[in-house]
Order: sequence, then structure tokens, then C-alpha cells
Amino acid sequence: MAKITLSTLAHSYLDNPKSDDDYALKPIDHIWEDGAAYALLGPSGCGKTTLLNIISGLLKPSSGKILFDDFDVTDNDTSTRNIAQVFQFPVVYDTMTVKENLAFPLKNRGLDADYIEKRVSEIAKMISLDDILDKKTNGLTADVKQKISLGRGLVREDVNAILFDEPLTVIDPKMKWELRTQLKAIHQKLGHTMIYVTHDQTEALTFADKVIVMSDGEVVQIGTPTELFEKPEHTFVGYFIGSPGMNIIPAKVNGHKAIIGDHEIILNDTYGKLDGKVELGIRPEFIKFSDDPNALPITINRIEDVGHYKIARTRFQNHDINIIINEGDDFSKDMHGIIFDTEKINIYENDWRVDP
Amino acid sequence: MKKTQNQKAWFMVLPVLILVAFSAIIPMMTVVNYSVQDTFGNNEFFWVGLEWFEEVLHSERIHDALWRQILFTVIILAIEIPLGIFMALHMPKKNGLWTSICLVVVALPLLIPWNVVGTIWQIFGRIDIGLLGYTLDQLGISYNYTQDTFDAWFTIIIMDVWHWTSLVLLLSYAGLRSIPDAYYQAAKIDQASRWSVFRYIELPKMKGVLIIAILLRFMDSFMIYTEPFVVTGGGPGNATTFLSIDLVKMAIGQFDLGPAAAFSLIYFLVILLVSWVFYTTMVNMDKENE
Repeated sequence: MAKITLSTLAHSYLDNPKSDDDYALKPIDHIWEDGAAYALLGPSGCGKTTLLNIISGLLKPSSGKILFDDFDVTDNDTSTRNIAQVFQFPVVYDTMTVKENLAFPLKNRGLDADYIEKRVSEIAKMISLDDILDKKTNGLTADVKQKISLGRGLVREDVNAILFDEPLTVIDPKMKWELRTQLKAIHQKLGHTMIYVTHDQTEALTFADKVIVMSDGEVVQIGTPTELFEKPEHTFVGYFIGSPGMNIIPAKVNGHKAIIGDHEIILNDTYGKLDGKVELGIRPEFIKFSDDPNALPITINRIEDVGHYKIARTRFQNHDINIIINEGDDFSKDMHGIIFDTEKINIYENDWRVDP
Repeated sequence: MKKTQNQKAWFMVLPVLILVAFSAIIPMMTVVNYSVQDTFGNNEFFWVGLEWFEEVLHSERIHDALWRQILFTVIILAIEIPLGIFMALHMPKKNGLWTSICLVVVALPLLIPWNVVGTIWQIFGRIDIGLLGYTLDQLGISYNYTQDTFDAWFTIIIMDVWHWTSLVLLLSYAGLRSIPDAYYQAAKIDQASRWSVFRYIELPKMKGVLIIAILLRFMDSFMIYTEPFVVTGGGPGNATTFLSIDLVKMAIGQFDLGPAAAFSLIYFLVILLVSWVFYTTMVNMDKENE
């Protein structure tokens, strides 16, 4: 186990990267604390897997350093880093039994047979593979195979970190919940540093203590699930997290007033002078319908019923505004005004959040 | 309710039947015809039953040819299969110009007609003008494939390896290329040795194509005729007279059509049988794994 430090780490798949756009991973400085559970969240192609492969050593970074406990491992190859990684698609050694699969990483390190036996049965029990240990692995279903891959990742006790690269993509929804809960439990039990890559926000938010949101090869925010929800540092985080995402509305901000179109909203905080593109961000959860004549006048386009709540797709002048209507909320179809919960408003300048 | 039966669909397979009849069944029946009759010329044939078959099965000459044939096939399989796999493992893995060049170069021998291959090696091995023969001779190594049994075998085996290893290589390479990167990455993560990667990832994934490669090389080498015929003509003596060469000598050289026909049929059945046994064992091995 180790603390992992990334120091101005960057990577480009091109030999001679010229502009910023050539980088799959833009320079990043970050410390992964020992024993924490992290999620790397972002859309496909944002550099998550690149970052993961650099940590495990499958990929050499174009520049920057990576340290394990202050020890530079940038040039060390994967096998000496002692990192476990679980891939998106299950990788099992088909000619081996489930047991042999789980024992493989331990055997390769030349560990004692008795210990291997003990450790394998321990892990097998943990991820409930113990009743099929002697089965051959080909012919098993995808989710069992992925469990085996997970097991191979967990089997080494002294591993520096366990990396998961969207490991639940091929698993069906019911098993997904089960495995995710198991993973969380295993993390609490074993205390390994875990980094979990995903593009699924629910997965990220339920698994991790800290979520790292990436976009376009860049880390846009690192924070707890609550922070990501209430104070997205970047408009991208705002609309990527949440379903539907945050409403981002162009606005003029003047002191403690925000002007949207010709409508004025009084803010809780006072802002200094803002340049460039200024926007107001408010989550659909924090908007209420109202009869108040001073409310923001909107037209309702349609109402979507998602089961335990409804989503109102509305329009104010040229801007789409989504609103979540919870059961028991005051709402009727002829309400044509909305009120923002001013405490939950964030103001963005050139896509980045401004502190009041 | 009675289901009406319409047998007209059988006519649909008629063209195939006719084609197969002309391409395989009728020619083969001629051979069967010869194998159970004898003639004194003038197109007069009389029935001899299984006499020719008995003669062939007890012929020492054919036994010898069969042993030579088996030895030859075993040797070339033992060289070509591991060598082909080894070379495939060292082919460039990424797509690109270099890969294309490598593929074309290794595939070249496969494109050369059999008798040309034979001629190339016949000349290559000559002491007076052949590069191989001349070099060996100048190095003081006595080498003469027309007189020495070992040298003749050596030349023919090297020739076959040169001609056909590429086939094994190409098939293995195709098998290797179909392995997703994640397997190699996982192996690195699991700290597997190079040998383990080969044993537990590459070999199992290549198994399907290797079965085909072994089968093809077995059938082909068991029927080999042209190349050794061009290089050594079956000599020195009968040292490189394999089954096909012997068969042709018998049928065309001595004009013993009856025994030759019986010989052909036995030959055909042996190849069929061995291939079948071979294939079913391999496939069963595959199933047991599941």
C-alpha cells in the first residue's frame, strides 16, 4: 500500500504533440491518499483510462513523474509496481480453473502453496465464488468471469493500489448493484487504495469517498459527492452530474443581482466585476413552480414522468430550463412562474465557478 | 390433418450431385474398377477380387515407403509447427508498412509452384553451381544430395521447411492478432512470465488455427510428390521414395495398374482415417476443457 503522487503528469499518444489538443491527458498534479476510494468520472475519451494505465505502468507518460510513497516509479514497468487492475472486459485464463485463475498472481510471485490456498479461498468467499472454484473458466457467464478478474485483483494483500477500469460495463444491472456493494464492503475491509474509473455517475458517487471529474484530458474538479452536486467548479461538472444536469443560463451579474433576459434575480451573495461569458447555474432540484407574479415567467413544453418524480421541460425566452417536481410539490399545469432557491445558485465566469 | 409431402426439393441438390459425380465419384470408381481386375492388354479385363489389395498390404517395398513417409511427416511437423509459432510470436504487432513487408516476404515461398520450388533447391544444392552445395563443399563439408542418403533427406526437409513454415506462421499470426490487448495487460498486472503468457494466453488462443495448420501440413506432407521428385527423383536408390513417388513409379513406370489402383485406395483411406482421428481428438480435447 502506498500513497501515489502524480507530478505534472501528462500524456500524448502522438510522438510530437504540438498544441494542447494533442494531449490525451493534460498536465495533472494529484496525490492519491493511501487507503482511500476514488472514482474517476468523465465521458468516454476524456483520458480516464489513459491516467489509469499510466498509474499501473501499462503506459509511459510523455512527461511528468509518478511516485509511490515518494519513490519515483515512472520508469518501472508494470510487474514491479505491484498494482492490481481490473479491465472493462473480463480477462480470464480459459485453460485454468477458477481457483488457478485466482492463484495465478500469487503463484507468479513464488508464494508458499499453503498461503496461496488459504488466501484464494478467503477471497473466493468474499466475492462468493467459493462454490465454483474447481470449474474451468470457459463457458462461465460474463459476470462470473468479471468476478474472477476482480478476485485476481484483490488476491494480493500487499498491492499498492487496485485500479478498476469500468469493470461493471458488461454486468447486468442487478449484479451491478450487488458487485458494487461488495466492492465497497471489500474496500472497507481490506483498506487498499482503490481507483475506480467510470462514466456512470451513480457508480462513482456510491463507490467513492472522493470523485475526480475529468473532461477532455483535464481534471475539472475533485471533491466529495456533495461538493460535486452543490458546488460544481465547472459548468461541465454541473451538467455531467445529475439527471437532468444543472441548468446553465447566460446572465448578467451585477453585485448581488443577476439579470436573465429582462428578469432580475436577487442573489444571496455579492459578486465582483465579472468579465467574459457569465452564466448562472441552478440544479433542477432547486427550482420551484410558483403563482407569484414576480416569478420567472416560463412556458411548459412537456412533463416527463420518471416514476418517483417528474421532470418539467420548460422554456424561458431562449433558454431551456429543466425542473424536477417531487411528489407533494405544489404544482399545477397553469403555473407559469418559477422561483430559484437562491442559496443553491452558482455563478460561472468562462465556465469556471466564481466565489462570491 | 395430413401434411402434404413434397419431394421436389431433392431436385435442388441435383446439380451438386452431378458435379461431385464427375469430379470425384466417377474418377474414383475407375480406380476401384482397376483395383479389382487384371488385364493382359487389348482392353480385356478379368476379376481378381482383393488380390491386389493383399499384394499391396504385404509388399515390403510399400512398407518401406510408408515408413519413410511417416518419418518425413513427423520430422517436418516437428520443425515447422514450433518454428512457425516462434516466428509468428516475433512478427511486428502493430499494423503498418513494416508489418506488410514482413507478411509479403514470409508469404513469398507459398506463392511459388511446387516444381519450381523443387528446381530452385535442386540447383541451390548442386556442388558445381549451387550456392548451398558450393559453399558447403568449399567449407570442406562433404555434401552431395544425389549420392548421400542423409544429404538427400537434409535437402528435402530444409526445402519443405522453407516452403511451408510460412503457412503455419501466417495462421498462427492470425490467431495471435485476434487476442485482445487486455489479456497482455492483465498478464503484466498479474506479473506473469513470458512463458506463462505463451502457455496460458497465446497458446490457448492459437489452438483453433493450430489444429488447422497441423492438419493441413499433415495431409500435404503425407501426399508430397513434386518437390522430392524434382530434387532427388526418389533417390539415392529408394532413400527418398515416398508413397506418392512409389505410386507413380508403379502406375506409370511399371504400368501395374491393378496394384497401383489398390495402393491409391489404401493411401487415400489412410490419409482420411488419420485426418479424421486427428481432428476428432483435437476437437474432443477442446470440448473437455469446457
